[in-house]
Amino acid sequence: MKYYAAELCDRGTVAVDDMVLVKDAPATAGSRILEGFTPLFSAEAVTRLEEKGYSVSGKTHVGEFGLDLVGEFSYYQPAEGELKGAAAELVASGAVQAALGVDMNGAPRRAAALSGVSFLKPTYGTVSRYGVISCAASGEQLGVYAATAAGISEIMGVIAGHDEKDGTSLRQKEYDYSIEKNINGKRVALVKELLALADDATRARVLAFADALKKQGVSVEEISLDWTDHANTAWQILMTAETCNNVSRYDGVKFGHRAAEYKNIDELYVNTRTEGFNFLTKSVILYGSDVLSKNRYKDCYDKSLRVRRVIAERFEKLMAEYDAILTPVCKNTSYQPYEIRQAFGKVFEESVFTAIPNLIGTPALSCGGVQLMGKQFSEGTLLSLAAGVEKEGN
Amino acid sequence: MSYELVIGLETHVELSTESKIFCSCGGHSAAKEPNDCVCPACSGMPGMLPVMNKRVVELAVTAGLMLNCEISRYTTFDKKNYYYPDLPCAYQITQLNHPICTNGCVTIKTSGGNRDIRIKQIHMEEDAGKLVHGGKSSFVDFNRTSVPLIEIVTQPDFRSAEEVVTYLNKLKSMFRLGGISECEEGAMRCDVNISIRPEGSTEFGVRTEIKNMASFEAIEKAIRYEAQRHMDALDFGTEELVQETRRFDDVSGKTFAMRNKETEADYRYFPDANLMPIIIDDEWLEQIKANKPVAVDEKAEEYREAGIFDKEIDMLLASHKIAKLLDDIVALGCDAKDGAAWILTDCAGILRKDGKTLGELAITPEKLSAIIKMVDEGKINRGAGKKILIAVIEEDVDPVAFCAQQGLDRKVDTSMIEQIIDRVMADHPQAIEDYKNGKTKAAQALFGACMKELKGAGDPAVIKELLEEKLKNA
Ligand SMILES: [Zn+2]
Repeated sequence: MKYYAAELCDRGTVAVDDMVLVKDAPATAGSRILEGFTPLFSAEAVTRLEEKGYSVSGKTHVGEFGLDLVGEFSYYQPAEGELKGAAAELVASGAVQAALGVDMNGAPRRAAALSGVSFLKPTYGTVSRYGVISCAASGEQLGVYAATAAGISEIMGVIAGHDEKDGTSLRQKEYDYSIEKNINGKRVALVKELLALADDATRARVLAFADALKKQGVSVEEISLDWTDHANTAWQILMTAETCNNVSRYDGVKFGHRAAEYKNIDELYVNTRTEGFNFLTKSVILYGSDVLSKNRYKDCYDKSLRVRRVIAERFEKLMAEYDAILTPVCKNTSYQPYEIRQAFGKVFEESVFTAIPNLIGTPALSCGGVQLMGKQFSEGTLLSLAAGVEKEGN
Repeated sequence: MSYELVIGLETHVELSTESKIFCSCGGHSAAKEPNDCVCPACSGMPGMLPVMNKRVVELAVTAGLMLNCEISRYTTFDKKNYYYPDLPCAYQITQLNHPICTNGCVTIKTSGGNRDIRIKQIHMEEDAGKLVHGGKSSFVDFNRTSVPLIEIVTQPDFRSAEEVVTYLNKLKSMFRLGGISECEEGAMRCDVNISIRPEGSTEFGVRTEIKNMASFEAIEKAIRYEAQRHMDALDFGTEELVQETRRFDDVSGKTFAMRNKETEADYRYFPDANLMPIIIDDEWLEQIKANKPVAVDEKAEEYREAGIFDKEIDMLLASHKIAKLLDDIVALGCDAKDGAAWILTDCAGILRKDGKTLGELAITPEKLSAIIKMVDEGKINRGAGKKILIAVIEEDVDPVAFCAQQGLDRKVDTSMIEQIIDRVMADHPQAIEDYKNGKTKAAQALFGACMKELKGAGDPAVIKELLEEKLKNA
């Protein structure tokens, strides 16, 4: 695999995925529509890392607008062999200390699981989205890939905290991501329905993770959640609608790709966007504009907003009893390249595991091939549980 | 048949803020070249997020207070989707579900007496850019993109074109006085909803909307044309009226239906997740209320009571800056009528000589009141005052220091005057002899010599008195 400026990547450096802007480095979001676009400024997280002496030297490929499973549909880097995700694989190789990724529909969490590293999708509003190529503003978050929980904790300590350039950034200046050594007595719930959706190898991984937790004195209890499908449907509706709206600015007028052939402004739009977007993005645009249309708005978009509120309440109630929820991150332990026409359905199916944190803004940690979800600001607990299991593995 | 005209108005007003609504670019009025006032945010580049300009909220609330609206304590933004090259994000940020002000009312004076116009709502939104067509290509200029607007939507309460124009003129002076908008050419644009119904009927007729008119004259003409078109259709069946959007052509004076494609779009409104709901709490609202200027009518009445003429009042109220300058110098102790004359006659005259208008006046109330006071207290005469005023306006000098430096002060120390008279008398022994010999004209010559030495300072009457006394005793 090739990466932008791969030769610059070194231990001690941090890579960023191509949904994150780095001043003067081409930014494409994996799409032809942004071909040739170079941003005039860096993302806030990148600036903060650089200020603290980290070298942000490389960018990694993403699937077009982060809409696919793990990055298999990049215009610049067609998938070959087992799907792993460029940033996750780079971290796994040890070429960089950590990487930043944008979690909009679970892609970085899946990539971490498939590459054997960790990824934290933090609480909404804790990390600035300034300089993130936005698709689904209400649920996307910039997060961190690293080999270990401690590695994530270190980078999160640098990038999190209020940023006045992002209106959705929370007021708090900094957060505590320190890892507790003792996790004895913590309570974790295992979601029966999500476990049942996964294949045998994945199930075995989740159960092994649960066993490792138990050895550290953590209680693991099986629970039943009958609303995971509703959460997923609601998020897919909101996500496609917001993405459809946010990518509508890519029209060939101002920057990025412009079709060579057009006779008038309508043709310029149509030809540019026909050539510039892949089949998956086009599906998302169509789905998203449909759920926002006059006739469907109330039953689709507006209803999803209400579902979001109900699920946020239910999740909060649940988290009063548990410190974390344990689930698979994806159905299988490995994936092969597949036809793009299947992508929309495949992603929908897989995001049942990942949608809740995007929908309601809570944190989720992909580690050891499984997922830990917690209530808002519980990143420290999630990282501590992961660190406990890492210790058990060694 | 006799018909009643029913008109509702949507008026877009560009706000006078230092920066755009969601980024820190200066307002487009500062722009000299196309795309001078543009940043990654207002040109739609990825990765940028809108950050609310608080001043826009304050001006919108002030407008709402002036129009007797209810102020929403919770207000949100929505995205309106459509493709056009002058709209860089392909959506406009506006307010649909929770506008900032609702249910207002404004009274206008018409030939038929006072009329109340109900305000349905006021909402905040961003303006679009501008297309420049040239040859085979078109160009986009984003200077105006994201400039803050408020849209004031009335109920269908107007019954004539005259009422509409009266209302618009009232908004204009209100907003100028309130510092909400300077309402320059093109900064106020209207969409007019119009229908007719038989006199006495309570049901509405078929409604058409005439979009985007910037001049009051055009609005008046468009309403008259459109009303006639509706009447002809109903009376003579010239055409079938349909609910549609039309545009007014200034040259022909006619309205034309716009293409359906432009008017029947589904804008797919939905909430903007990048902008958190704005909460206007008691403290903030009180703060805005405290800074709210008095209404135009009250202000005019106040000026009238101070003895200022109506014509002068109109000139003062035409600009927030000028009315405020007068209020400020009055607060500093100047007389209102006198102050108005200084501003409207003296200041305006000086600016006019330099080819400038009163709107360009840059003088602090402190300096202007210092000059007026020196004249009022008799320290200097009005001519000297005007001399100082010119220097202040053109070179921004300190009036008191300038006065002393130029020796324009009328009440110079009498001992200094006496010293000069003594010196002049010593220099002109012959004149004194002549005076003693009964040639009173000699005193005149000595007086002139003293005045020359004093460079116009000192009260001539005092000088004359002192000189005569000295001559008698010589
Ligand atoms: Zn800007």
